[in-house]
Amino acid sequence: MKRYSAFAIAREATRYHSGWERAWRAPEPKSKYDVIIIGAGGHGLATAYYLGKNFGITNVAIIEKGWLGGGNTGRNTTIIRSNYLQDPSAALYEKSRSLYETMSQDLNYNVMFSPRGVIMLAQTQHEIRGYQRTAHANALQGVQTEWISPAKVKELCPIINLDGPRYPVLGGLWQARGGTARHDAVAWGYARACSDMGMDVIQKCEVTAIRRVGGKVVGVDTTKGAIDCDKLGIVVAGHSGDLAQMAGFRLPLESVALQALVSEPIKPAMDVVIMANTVHGYLSQSDKGEMVIGGGTDGYNNYTQRGSFHHVEETVRALNETFPMLSRLKMLRQWGGIVDVTGDRSPMLSKTPVDGVFINCGWGTGGFKAIPGSGWAMAELMAKGHSPLTDAFGMERYIEGRFIDESVAAGVAH
Amino acid sequence: MLILTCPCCGVTAEETEFHAGGEAHLKRFGPGSDNADFENYLFMRENPKGVHFERWRHNNGCGKWFYAARCTMTLEVFGTYLAQTYEPPADLCAKISAKRPGWSWGRFS
Repeated sequence: MKRYSAFAIAREATRYHSGWERAWRAPEPKSKYDVIIIGAGGHGLATAYYLGKNFGITNVAIIEKGWLGGGNTGRNTTIIRSNYLQDPSAALYEKSRSLYETMSQDLNYNVMFSPRGVIMLAQTQHEIRGYQRTAHANALQGVQTEWISPAKVKELCPIINLDGPRYPVLGGLWQARGGTARHDAVAWGYARACSDMGMDVIQKCEVTAIRRVGGKVVGVDTTKGAIDCDKLGIVVAGHSGDLAQMAGFRLPLESVALQALVSEPIKPAMDVVIMANTVHGYLSQSDKGEMVIGGGTDGYNNYTQRGSFHHVEETVRALNETFPMLSRLKMLRQWGGIVDVTGDRSPMLSKTPVDGVFINCGWGTGGFKAIPGSGWAMAELMAKGHSPLTDAFGMERYIEGRFIDESVAAGVAH
Repeated sequence: MLILTCPCCGVTAEETEFHAGGEAHLKRFGPGSDNADFENYLFMRENPKGVHFERWRHNNGCGKWFYAARCTMTLEVFGTYLAQTYEPPADLCAKISAKRPGWSWGRFS
C-alpha cells in the first residue's frame, strides 16, 4: 500500500494523478479463513483491523451483504463522546474516544476527527440532577467532563436560545474532548488498512446460512458460495436477530428505525455538538456547512430504513425553539437506519451459545462513537476468549439481572 | 406513516393517534418461575423480518390496548384485533397466509 502524505500529493501532481492505487482490493472469497466477520460496517471492519494489528490474525474475511459502510455507519450523525454514567460503558466509550484521537495517523487515512466539544443540554430539573451526577461519575472514571452554566452554554454556542418558554436551557454537561468525525472515512480507512494486512473485504456477498457441527461453527453459506472458518463474528447491527436465528439462538433485541436529516449548507454558525435529550434532538454543523440533525426512534419494529414523518416534525419543532435561526433553513435530506435496541439500551459484545460464534450488537442509537473501542474489545474477545472491556457486556447479563442501565442514565439519545 | 384501525372504538387513524407497545402474545411469568423463563418473557424478542404481532394503544382516542399484525419489511398492516385473546384470529392468519405464504411467528404460523 502506498502511504498517503503531502509528499504523495506533490508526487502525483507532477504526473496527472495517475499513480493513485485502489484503496482496497475486491477479492473473491477463499474457501477457508481463520476468522470471518459478517458485516463490513465500522464495527466489523474495526474488529478485523484490531485482530490483525493487536493479535496478528490476518487470515480474515469481512463479508458484507451490501456495500462497505452502507448501513448505519453511513447513516449516523457522527457524534463522538464518552460521558456515560456506568463504569463499564465509560471505560469502553472512553477507550473508543481516545482511539479516535489518533485514528488518522494510525490508519494513514484522514478521518477528520474534530474534537470540537459536546454539550448535553439540561432542560428540566431532572436533567440537571442527572447530568451533575454523570459529571461526578465521570470524574471518578477519569473521563473529562464538567457541569456548565447556561451562560457558558451561550458562550460556547451563541445561536442558542436559553429562554425557550417550554424548555429553557438550565445548564449542560460539557465534554470538551468529544466531537465528530467523517463517518465514511472511518469505514474506508479501516477497510484500506485491513486490505493492506491481507484481509479480504468481500462486498455484495450475503450470508444465507451458518453451518455448525456439534455445537461449533464450521463456516457460512453465502451468495458467493460456502466459506469455512474457525471463528465467526456477527457484527450486523439491526440485522443481528436474523443472523442469530441462522446460528440457532435468540437475542434480546428489537430493530427499530432511527432518523436523521441535514439542512442546506450555511456559513459556520456553530462549532460544538449539542444534544438535547428532553426534546429528542441533536445538532452539529458538518464541514460542508449542513446542520446535521438527529431525531428519535419510532416505537415499533421496522426494517425499512425509513421512519415516520411525525418524528422529524417533532425533532425540528423542538430544535426550532432552542435554535430559532434554524426555522429559516430548508432541509435537504432525511434518512433512516435500522438500529438494534436491547433491554437495557447497552450493547452486547459476547460469546454465544454456539462455540466459535461471537456477537457484537445492540449499540442501538449510538454506535458510531464506539467503533474503534468496540473493534478493539471485540478483537480481544475473539482472539483470547475474554476482554476486560467486554466482560460486563456479555449476553448472559440478562438472565443474571446484571444490567448496564444507561437508558436511565443517558435518556434517549445514546 | 401507519394507518391503524382501533378494534375497540372502530376509529381509523394514522399512527400519531396511537402508541406502540411492543411484542404481542408474550407469555407472562410470575414469582417462582426459573431464570430462563424470566429472561424469555422480559428480554427475548421475536424481532422478525416480515410478519409481526404487536401491541398498540389508542392513546389519543379511546385509550384501549389492542393487537395488530404488521409486516416489518413493508410496513403493511394486515389487521388489528381485540387484545382479549391468546392467539391471533383465524381469519387474520388466513389473510396473512394469502399474502405471505409460509409465514411463522413465535408459536403461530
